[in-house]
Amino acid sequence: MIPAAFQYYRPKDMAGVLAILAEHGDDARVMAGGHSLIPMMKLRMAEVPHLIDLQEVGGLSGISIDDRITIGAMTTQAELIDNDALAQAAPILREAALQIADPQIRYMGTVGGNLANGDPGNDMPGLMQCLNATFTVVGPDGERSLAARDFYEAAYMTGREDNEVLTAISFARPQGGHAYEKQKRKIGDYATAAAAVQITKSDGSCAGASIAMTNLSDTPVFSEAAGAALAGTSVDTSAVKAAVAAMLADIDPVEDNRGPIAFKRHVAGVILARAIERAWSRA
Amino acid sequence: MSKKQHYTLTVNGTEEEVLAEPRELLIYTLRERLNITGPHIGCETSHCGACTVTIDGKSVKSCTMFVAQADGKEITTIEGLGGPDALHPLQQAFKEHHGLQCGYCTPGMITRAAKLLEENPNPTEEEIRFGMSGNICRCTGYQNIVKSIQAAAAEMNASKEAAE
Amino acid sequence: MKDDVDSREDRIANLKGMGCSRKRVEDARFTQGKGNYVDDIKLDGMLFGDFVRSPYAHATIKSIDSSAAMEVPGVLAVLTAADLEPLGLHWMPTLAGDKQMVLADGKVLFQGQEVAFVVARDRYAAADGIEAVEVEYEELPVLVDPFASMTSDVVLRPDTVADDGSPANGAHGPRKHHNHIFTWEAGDKEPTEQVIANAEVVAEEFMYYHRTHPCPLETCGCVASMDKVNGKLTLWGTFQAPHAIRTVVSLISGIEEHNIRVISPDIGGGFGNKVGAYPGYVCSVVASIVTGKPVKWIEDRMDNLMTTAFARDYWMKGRISATKEGKITGLHCHVTADHGGFDACADPTKFPAGFMNICTGSYDIPTAYLEVDGVYTNKAPGGVSYRCSFRVTEAVYFIERMIEVLAIELDMDAAELRRINFIRKEQFPYKAALGWEYDSGDYHTAWDKAMQAVDYDGLRAEQAQRIADFKAGKTRKLMGIGLTHFTEIVGAGPVKNCDILGLGMFDSCEIRIHPTGSAIARLGTISQGQGHATTFAQILASEIGLPADSITIEEGDTDTAPYGLGTYGSRSTPVAGAATAMAGRKIRAKAQMIAAYLLEVHDDDVEFDVDRFVVKGAPERFKTMKEIAFAAYNQAIPGIEPGLEAVSYYDPPNMTYPFGAYVCVMDIDVDTGVPDIRRFYALDDCGTRINPMIIEGQVHGGLTEALAVALGQEIAYDDMGNVKTGTLMDFFLPTAWEVPNYETDHTVTPSPHHPIGAKGVGESPHVGGVPCFSNAVHDAFRAFGLRQTHMPHDHWRIWKTANELGLHDQG
Repeated sequence: MIPAAFQYYRPKDMAGVLAILAEHGDDARVMAGGHSLIPMMKLRMAEVPHLIDLQEVGGLSGISIDDRITIGAMTTQAELIDNDALAQAAPILREAALQIADPQIRYMGTVGGNLANGDPGNDMPGLMQCLNATFTVVGPDGERSLAARDFYEAAYMTGREDNEVLTAISFARPQGGHAYEKQKRKIGDYATAAAAVQITKSDGSCAGASIAMTNLSDTPVFSEAAGAALAGTSVDTSAVKAAVAAMLADIDPVEDNRGPIAFKRHVAGVILARAIERAWSRA
Repeated sequence: MSKKQHYTLTVNGTEEEVLAEPRELLIYTLRERLNITGPHIGCETSHCGACTVTIDGKSVKSCTMFVAQADGKEITTIEGLGGPDALHPLQQAFKEHHGLQCGYCTPGMITRAAKLLEENPNPTEEEIRFGMSGNICRCTGYQNIVKSIQAAAAEMNASKEAAE
Repeated sequence: MKDDVDSREDRIANLKGMGCSRKRVEDARFTQGKGNYVDDIKLDGMLFGDFVRSPYAHATIKSIDSSAAMEVPGVLAVLTAADLEPLGLHWMPTLAGDKQMVLADGKVLFQGQEVAFVVARDRYAAADGIEAVEVEYEELPVLVDPFASMTSDVVLRPDTVADDGSPANGAHGPRKHHNHIFTWEAGDKEPTEQVIANAEVVAEEFMYYHRTHPCPLETCGCVASMDKVNGKLTLWGTFQAPHAIRTVVSLISGIEEHNIRVISPDIGGGFGNKVGAYPGYVCSVVASIVTGKPVKWIEDRMDNLMTTAFARDYWMKGRISATKEGKITGLHCHVTADHGGFDACADPTKFPAGFMNICTGSYDIPTAYLEVDGVYTNKAPGGVSYRCSFRVTEAVYFIERMIEVLAIELDMDAAELRRINFIRKEQFPYKAALGWEYDSGDYHTAWDKAMQAVDYDGLRAEQAQRIADFKAGKTRKLMGIGLTHFTEIVGAGPVKNCDILGLGMFDSCEIRIHPTGSAIARLGTISQGQGHATTFAQILASEIGLPADSITIEEGDTDTAPYGLGTYGSRSTPVAGAATAMAGRKIRAKAQMIAAYLLEVHDDDVEFDVDRFVVKGAPERFKTMKEIAFAAYNQAIPGIEPGLEAVSYYDPPNMTYPFGAYVCVMDIDVDTGVPDIRRFYALDDCGTRINPMIIEGQVHGGLTEALAVALGQEIAYDDMGNVKTGTLMDFFLPTAWEVPNYETDHTVTPSPHHPIGAKGVGESPHVGGVPCFSNAVHDAFRAFGLRQTHMPHDHWRIWKTANELGLHDQG
């Protein structure tokens, strides 16, 4: 498996990145850890005549924690997992990141790469929809912000223009209980179904819930209705069932080697119910 | 084909300059240009970990990195962990506890395990199995690999204590 | 000297002979990254070859245009069938008596088939060259289902049709249809039908043993180097049978065999994948001859999974009959075997379905009949024995499932059913209804030991409680208890009925004792991780009384090693291990004469004792083997040639029949289909145990490959013949995270005909493991009415089973 030839660039700053993108348009692509892109290039399913390596571009990594949490796009999964302050502030991130790929890939794979690629199998997009994150992208006309919940249009199609680069992700410090539940065939696999859930509790009932799922449609699925189904309830069996039913109305899985649609829909419901129960127990 | 470029890598403590196309995968640079044939190619889609090396303190699958990305980096392979005069405790433990059979996954396995023990000197069995889950072995069923890593951890901790 | 003072126990320990867990001598190089695998070989001026492969499963090739590829910098040649045809190399013989296209000759029969071979300065240029070769295909109807193939008008192979339009005879007799390859029978058809027709109880089942792949971590590859000056061809490669490869290369290339040197360097796992001869080998040889340069070819992982050596793909229909009390009276088995586009199965010539006729298993079944129909489809060729002797995994799966189904039919405990049908110890040697003579066994002892070790009754009680809890809505997890008692047939084999391409399946060992008392032994086998360099030295140490640490074992170089048929089918220990012992005994016989001369007594007055010959009745008078070795080179002994060497070619009188009793305890999440292996107990009886450490390692590994096959590993095709599982994302190789710890145990029933009583073990855990994992899944659902569900038991198929049983309605 040998990729087609390409020109390689390692600019030192974002201006350099944007200049190359401006010059080569569709023929250029940025790469962070490369662990999504390089296999596709080796299989010659992605052709990238001009490859822009972001590793030396400053200011793209790091985690800052305040009322809002901001994560640089080049922050790796391993860095997410290792950050104890983040695990305190937003524990769902560590829980999810540990379920992504394998140790070697987590050293290289970045949050930004996972988010920007638009692969419906990636875990971070659904998670960021659950957290109602905002993505910062920079392009020739400067910076703009995009809501994670509006970002994904179709498989590998996102709100980011080809000449823009995702630089940071930010979200309000999550409240309440959390869970990231994922079923997969083995380590290194994408999800058969995965659910990200944050629930807040007030006086024994659910004050609010945010729910998104992964790999059950050509985009991540944030289900407002699923969250709404829990709000105000005691998150009892019927509320969980209602939330699951709402989510099932929003997903649209396809058959693949992980199984047929009926199976995926069933598992989606089971995984979501488990995630809700676990998040609620932590709320 | 694109134009070959000069890249500088520090491999097992030695600075090496290579002339290669940027698309050349690091595993081939190591194996074919530098004759470092310990790391192997198993799956090519970053699932098996036979090509694992350490780059700037991270375990990396070198089949999923272009040589251009590795320019300027410090790389350690199995050849850099220990040799005939002084085996790494993991190399010794894999021999002692039958942690290998065909040997093909072994260099990547040991290189990864060395990093794991660096980060977690006292791993539980579960932590070893999770920490080694990026490396596939087709022969051993992992049971003796886990045992080998546990033994190496004990040995490394004992000699650290002795030194203190 | 030290020999005088050591106790006998110390002298035995010093040898590191049979029975001790000697550390492996191979490991120093492997742990230091100094193994020498084929892709590590680097020769001056070496070129790289790679294939243009068909994207279609069935298509006519209208044209191949390589002109653009020849313009790619670094590309030196593009070979097609048209280039090979004048040499007669566009097709090659398969091990199964069929022939296979080396490069597509007018059409392609499976996705990934080799169409053209691009030779370039390096693998990067070759890859670019492949992209530039333009092939025009015209798609043809695709047959991926063997049953459909057997009724289809579509002719896959024009050579299967006679001039009058009827199906032409094949290598194994008449064809029933143009897409039919052979029918192979064993046992007695009519009596079996009668027994079943008149039986009190009959259980019928149909099961699919899915297509999978051995997938060693190292793919296949070779380096061919034609030395035109001396007329010598050297071929390094991933060959499980280097001598057979040499003979095949000679036969098809016309190069005399003495001018071909085949070398198997270190091999990164084989599991059957590296037995066959592949187009890459032939093309590399041709390319080296054409260019005068060494040519390397290494498969990538997709090539490997899609084209070289699938395994299984057996559709098995069984009927088993019994008395009301559960005594089995008859067994009928019909197999539809999907062989893909070419019949390239790696089986002994007379056994086109391998040893499928071991399918009466561990049971005393008086009457049986087996019929196998081989069929062509638009899938890759192969049919190798993936970590098993020829088709033994299929046979054991079949009988161990049939036993379970019969137990359901009888409403009987499956362990008890096995127990009352085992061949009894006193029945050995036992002549089975389908022809084999089992050499030895003690099944009841092994079974009882296993049942006790796992507290079988306790497990069943726990399971009953779990079922009650499940029905009461207290749990959504079911518990399965998987049982298997397998009998393998390995060590092929006796030359009278086992050959491959006419080469008898003996094996060999040649020993040279050096003057200072160390030795080198060379064998016709080749290790792929089994540790031959360690264990064969142990056999020799015990036989000739020199320390294993002083004995070098060398394999895999046909210029130096004696002829042998290689390593697969667990044949190394049964055949080459026997040759090693026999060669050792020849050494010992000569040593005895030398010792007698040195001790000035008659030959009959000395006897062998651990590491020396002693004068009978006077143990203080002795000569150590080390002393004898020196004397062999230093003394002029009347009537005895100088030197101390021996060679043995061993033709085994029978196969060996390792067996074992396995138990798997599994929890199954009914709602997600996720299984959790809570416990796995494996008792193996491989006869005499040469190195317990290595045996245990083989068992762990074989069980893990069994887990993979039973729970998810498959080569799946869509209706268009596209491979759906071409990378390790979808082809299931478990990691350390998915694999449990195993409990190992053993009994020892030595083979009566093997010189040291050993039977072979590498494949037992795979053969026994697959039905055990599968039976655990089945057993979990038995109380809810499940009889049979096809492997692999991946999450969705387990879920589907639960769903079809109505178990999700309760949730």
